[in-house]
Amino acid sequence: MATLTEAPPPLTPTAAETKPPRRRGRLTPYLLLLPGLLWLFVFFALPMIYQASTSVQTGSLEEGYKVTWHFATYWNALSEYWPQFLRSLAYAASATVLCLLLGYPLAYLIAFRAGRWKNLVMILVIAPFFTSFLIRTLAWKTILADGGPVVGALNSLHVLDVTSWLGWTSGDRVLATPLAVVCGLTYNFLPFMILPLYTSLERIDGRLHEAAGDLYAKPWTTFRKVTFPLSMPGVVSGTLLTFIPASGDYVNAELLGSTDTRMIGNVIQTQFLRILDYPTAAALSFILMAGILIMVTVYIRRSGTEDLV
Amino acid sequence: MKTTDNSGDVRLSGISKTYGSFTAVHPLDLTVPQGSFFALLGASGCGKTTTLRMIAGLEEPTSGTVHLGDQDVTALPPYKRPVNTVFQSYALFPHLDIFENVAFGLRRRGIKSVKKQVEEMLELVQLGEQARKKPHQLSGGQQQRVAVARALINHPKVLLLDEPLGALDLKLRRQMQLELKRIQTEVGITFVHVTHDQEEAMTMADTVAVMNAGRVEQLGSPADLYENPQTTFVANFLGTSNLIETEVDTKSGDDIVLKAGGGKLLLPSERCAAPATAGGRVLIGVRPEKISITHADDAGTITEGRNRITGKIADASFIGVSTQYVIDTPVCDEFAVYAQNVERDGRLVPGADVVLHWNPAHTFGLDAAQDIDAGIEEEAV
Amino acid sequence: MPVVNWLKKNLVVIAGLVTLAFLLLPNVVVTVFSFNKPKGRFNYEWQEFSTDAWKDPCGVADMCGSLSLSLQIALWATVGATVLGTMIAFALVRYRFRARGVVNSLIFLPMAMPEVVMAASLLTLFLNLGAQLGFWTILIAHIMFCLSFVVVAVKARVMSMDPRLEEAARDLYAGPVQTFVRVTLPIAAPGIAAGALLAFALSFDDFIITNFNAGSTVTFPMFVWGSAQRGTPVQINVVGTAMFLIAVVLVLASMAIGNRRGKRKA
Repeated sequence: MATLTEAPPPLTPTAAETKPPRRRGRLTPYLLLLPGLLWLFVFFALPMIYQASTSVQTGSLEEGYKVTWHFATYWNALSEYWPQFLRSLAYAASATVLCLLLGYPLAYLIAFRAGRWKNLVMILVIAPFFTSFLIRTLAWKTILADGGPVVGALNSLHVLDVTSWLGWTSGDRVLATPLAVVCGLTYNFLPFMILPLYTSLERIDGRLHEAAGDLYAKPWTTFRKVTFPLSMPGVVSGTLLTFIPASGDYVNAELLGSTDTRMIGNVIQTQFLRILDYPTAAALSFILMAGILIMVTVYIRRSGTEDLV
Repeated sequence: MKTTDNSGDVRLSGISKTYGSFTAVHPLDLTVPQGSFFALLGASGCGKTTTLRMIAGLEEPTSGTVHLGDQDVTALPPYKRPVNTVFQSYALFPHLDIFENVAFGLRRRGIKSVKKQVEEMLELVQLGEQARKKPHQLSGGQQQRVAVARALINHPKVLLLDEPLGALDLKLRRQMQLELKRIQTEVGITFVHVTHDQEEAMTMADTVAVMNAGRVEQLGSPADLYENPQTTFVANFLGTSNLIETEVDTKSGDDIVLKAGGGKLLLPSERCAAPATAGGRVLIGVRPEKISITHADDAGTITEGRNRITGKIADASFIGVSTQYVIDTPVCDEFAVYAQNVERDGRLVPGADVVLHWNPAHTFGLDAAQDIDAGIEEEAV
Repeated sequence: MPVVNWLKKNLVVIAGLVTLAFLLLPNVVVTVFSFNKPKGRFNYEWQEFSTDAWKDPCGVADMCGSLSLSLQIALWATVGATVLGTMIAFALVRYRFRARGVVNSLIFLPMAMPEVVMAASLLTLFLNLGAQLGFWTILIAHIMFCLSFVVVAVKARVMSMDPRLEEAARDLYAGPVQTFVRVTLPIAAPGIAAGALLAFALSFDDFIITNFNAGSTVTFPMFVWGSAQRGTPVQINVVGTAMFLIAVVLVLASMAIGNRRGKRKA
């Protein structure tokens, strides 16, 4: 797990001297592990099994459900909701790319250029967390309001013409369009990109920049050949920490979007909490989980960042 | 050395330590007398630190017993042993200030009024001013002294030092060596000191045990180890030795006559650590500073009865107090000779033919079955 | 062209500050609109300045109740997750045991899982068991998803701890319990505190998992969610602003104290 959740900045500069775990009491480790792992097993792993079983059940709320190995539920769910799946992936991917583009300069600024303002900037990145994210997401309704200054500016710059042509916005509106949802996702998960990026940039020895400069690399070349490759662990964990929650999110689509921007999270939530079609909801949730796990595994393998667990 | 009180004796009987299939320490018997300064010397991985940790109780021996005086402490946990340790890189508690670090052991033993003792101890190590600082605010040398104070305040029977000076630079290390020696003389308790620095072991300790691959190669006073090494490892690890392979010719009186490269060399019988039978092979050694170097033209001036070897100077480096020569000889192509710069002979330059000669009493004999280069690469400090 | 050169040199700083502005803009809006006096039910458009909401923060039905419920849940979830997570972290770093891979994945997976999946599957479990949804199911869920984050935070700290410190304590007459209380715990404390803080923040602000498993119980995030449909009272912005200010002041104060202490000792 070294890379994926390096969210809290390193607390001490102590040399990480990792000695192989020692053996003392034979039972002690199991006693220490037992309560927590039992909790995770009963309330995380077991529910997954229940969910898998629910997804192949048939029946109704009144008569009860039975396991009938009804795999058709998966097929039906996919054929009915594939647009929402695709949309979720597209929105989450766009938000991840935007987070990387926006987050990298800020992480770089904190790591190398902030000087004595470093702590203050760091606090400003984390502080919004303390205001409920729902309240902050609602604020975007005000910011992107029809006829507001942001929309007005975009309109007069003819940006909205381009985005409408691309299908990201419609007419003079930003709210209730894909752009608003992606903007909300980007905003909400940006800190999860910045913190791991900062952690991995922070570890880079500043002298490497000087060495690269000394070896006739221009600043941009230095970045491309030295800084960016060295920050890859941060990029990988940042993109994962952004993409995974974004793909399952339904809050932004609900608050900032419309019925045309519904993501798979919205569908699962509706099926579970309003329509009460448990098998379909469980199947959708299972597909989402499997999809994410496969993508994450492939991504980690390909980016060559081992030591994630 | 031995006093009537032997409660500070450390007696190891047949202790060994194995990790799976790896044997860190082979069964070992060792007695460190009360009040002595004892050094365990060896390269990293030779088992010296494991031995120390078994005395401290931080490592459980696979076999054997540890006695402090007459008490068997093998089964006692570290916090019940009257032994304290100065750890490598000190292990000072980062969350406590210097005062509390030093007071730690006293407080754990339930002593309430620690102020006076701690202050005295900090005075002893000249850190009275720093009592309320945190460890990271001190220099390396100061941290080292805190570590010593923290251990000594408990009046242990034995003080264990695990590479206590390893993290210091050369100059500070020399200074701290004298300091530690002073403290040891002052408090008079047994010190067991682990180090890989042969010079450090020789300056500080009364007795040195040279360890190699989990075994004690040789034990003795520094001078004894240096003058009479019993194995090639000790000969090479402590200082430099010129080792020559020879064949035993005859025994005449107290001397053994050896053949090497066509010449004859003498070796006193009592300085031969290996059985010498006529026709058998023996390794002989001589320290570089024992050898005199004379230009071949003056060979006639050399007194009779000295061992001699002819050769050609391959390299000469001027060191200041001495000049170090490397001589190409028929018996050994890199013969080292250190000559004091008293009267320098201008003819002794690379290429010059020379005669090397030394008093046979400075020759030592070793078992020829050993690796002639043992201990050489590890010598680097 | 000095201006172009200056821009070139500071491009990354400018871009970083733009991102920072993007991050902080909603908080500015939340603060400004806490002084609004909206017409109608929704507080999305500026009308006129008013301090009514600040004078009567609990003037909205159920809001302060949900806030106090959220605080209670966050508190207990923090305690639970910190205790369980710290135990796991110590076991992982300090001991050898079987099935390490399984243990690691069981800790890693909750962090790599979209919340909605965990929320839905947990609800399936509770429905199957016939559990009464409410305070306890929320608490169980929160401890579950906070646990892994505590493990990671504590583990990082314990791993960077020199094992010789504990040996030194044992060497200096501290038994196992004393060693743990006097040395291990104080040194691991910053990691445990970081984990606990993270758990508190995650629990207090959680919406998705809570929404699935709360039944008819309403936490503060759920109150906000509901109000987005029914009408947003200005008091929500008051709470948001107050929380932001308290957090910033606390952090700045702790930094100032740390600074002064550092200076005095140096």
